[in-house]
Amino acid sequence: MNSLLKTGVAAVAIFAACAVQADEEANLVINEEIEITVRTDAPAHAENLSTIYSGWVFRSDETQSFQMDDFENPGMIFVDDAIEAWNAVEGSEGNSCASCHDGPESMAGVRAVYPKWNDAAEEVRTMAMQVNGCRTEQMGAEEWKYDGSDMLNMEALLASVSRGLPVDVAIDGPAQSMWELGRDIYYTRFGQLDLSCANCHEDNYGNNIRADHLSQGQVNGFPTYRLKNAKLNGVQSRFRGCIRDTRAETYAVGSEEFIALELYVASRGNGLSVEGPSVRN
Amino acid sequence: MKLTRRHTLMVAFGSAIAALLPVRAFAAFEDEVAAFTGGADVGSEGITLIAPEIAENGNTVPIEVNAPGAEAIIVFAAGNPTPAVATFNFGPLAAAQSAATRIRLAGTQDVVAIARMPDGSFVRASQEVKVTIGGCGG
Amino acid sequence: MAENVKPRVRVPRDATAGEEITIKTLISHTMESGQRKDGDGNVIPRSIINRFTCAFNGETVIDVTLEPAISTNPYFEFQAIVPETGTFEFTWYDDDGDVYTDSKDITVG
Repeated sequence: MNSLLKTGVAAVAIFAACAVQADEEANLVINEEIEITVRTDAPAHAENLSTIYSGWVFRSDETQSFQMDDFENPGMIFVDDAIEAWNAVEGSEGNSCASCHDGPESMAGVRAVYPKWNDAAEEVRTMAMQVNGCRTEQMGAEEWKYDGSDMLNMEALLASVSRGLPVDVAIDGPAQSMWELGRDIYYTRFGQLDLSCANCHEDNYGNNIRADHLSQGQVNGFPTYRLKNAKLNGVQSRFRGCIRDTRAETYAVGSEEFIALELYVASRGNGLSVEGPSVRN
Repeated sequence: MKLTRRHTLMVAFGSAIAALLPVRAFAAFEDEVAAFTGGADVGSEGITLIAPEIAENGNTVPIEVNAPGAEAIIVFAAGNPTPAVATFNFGPLAAAQSAATRIRLAGTQDVVAIARMPDGSFVRASQEVKVTIGGCGG
Repeated sequence: MAENVKPRVRVPRDATAGEEITIKTLISHTMESGQRKDGDGNVIPRSIINRFTCAFNGETVIDVTLEPAISTNPYFEFQAIVPETGTFEFTWYDDDGDVYTDSKDITVG
């Protein structure tokens, strides 16, 4: 424990020296009007954190600036695609999303509370599950692939209209057992490298793992446009990537484990603003 | 080498790793520069190149070039498999001979910008951009 | 035909005569570099936007030659003089022969 502490101190010193990497005090305002809370007090249930930070804080100045303007943010191209899909009639019922929901702006506030318990379906639903629920039950249309581009585009649209609103995911009531399952997974070590989410994202955020500047692993900015693959990426795809990086067999996208983990991780960000589509490395 | 959790987390820090990465450069690059300049002497005043010292990801690196009065600016990535990146030709309605874009860099290398001035002279600016291999995310 | 290629441009709606404005352009395009290989080890052939031009009332503002090192979803930002009311024309040329265009009117008052 002592040597880890020394490492931590050394790491902070090195981190402070890498001034070019990230401006720890910077605030994010999008289009000069949407204020995004990127750092705030940790929610009570996140016992090992005092302050929570959006992933935006950990990126370089250049990457941060991509997100300050909707024209510069390449993730917004996909939002435009989703607006077209929103208005497109599909399925046996002859409806589009707009037929029931009016314009996409009417969905403000929705992304902020997902994943959440759905009474009628008696399950915790992520946004992707809810979108597919609408498509199959209300539109008579086919499901979209969970992390396919149609779904990610739509998630980006739904996130974009909630930007600036605080994430506020319920962890009690009917969602509680899923939340606890998610919490257990978060603290479980996986793979040949024997790493849990917490080992990197709770114990070592702000440090570098090889050349990667570790964030707190918050998901308020998802779906995110990654510079690495120049496209939108979904939360559960990221979970798969992380677990695979510990050299473990990972759970499937859409699995109960990942739904639970998404609920738990989202709740660790309660208080940060919805930020998607964000731009990350 | 033991790959325990502790070892993994303590072994490397970003800037140290970046400094150890080999710098890439190919011979083809100098040929392409000569093709643009015709072998003429190249000065260094009057052109600015803005690029990050450390690129967050080599796939999308924002750069900016500026050479007041230039006819054209060519940008090279000296260590890429094909060094040429873009040529900006400025027309009569360009308010300033400057442009910003996003480029791909295959590894740590020099980004080079060369401007051709109306009197036939050339000026050049270059900057090394460190491109790191990611940790878990990357 | 390259799929789902959409241009977007940002130009101010009005300006004073002779004003210098900033123009930003983005086009969604994979910019397949010709360096990647598919699952079977075959090289995926290059397929990029190779040229971008911007003209105002027929006069060139900028003419860019693009190489594979330009990132996916090519982005350009540059400065233009606006002498009078008119239209900016933007053109992107694809390796496969397709040409994409966009235009924006601007009023000088």
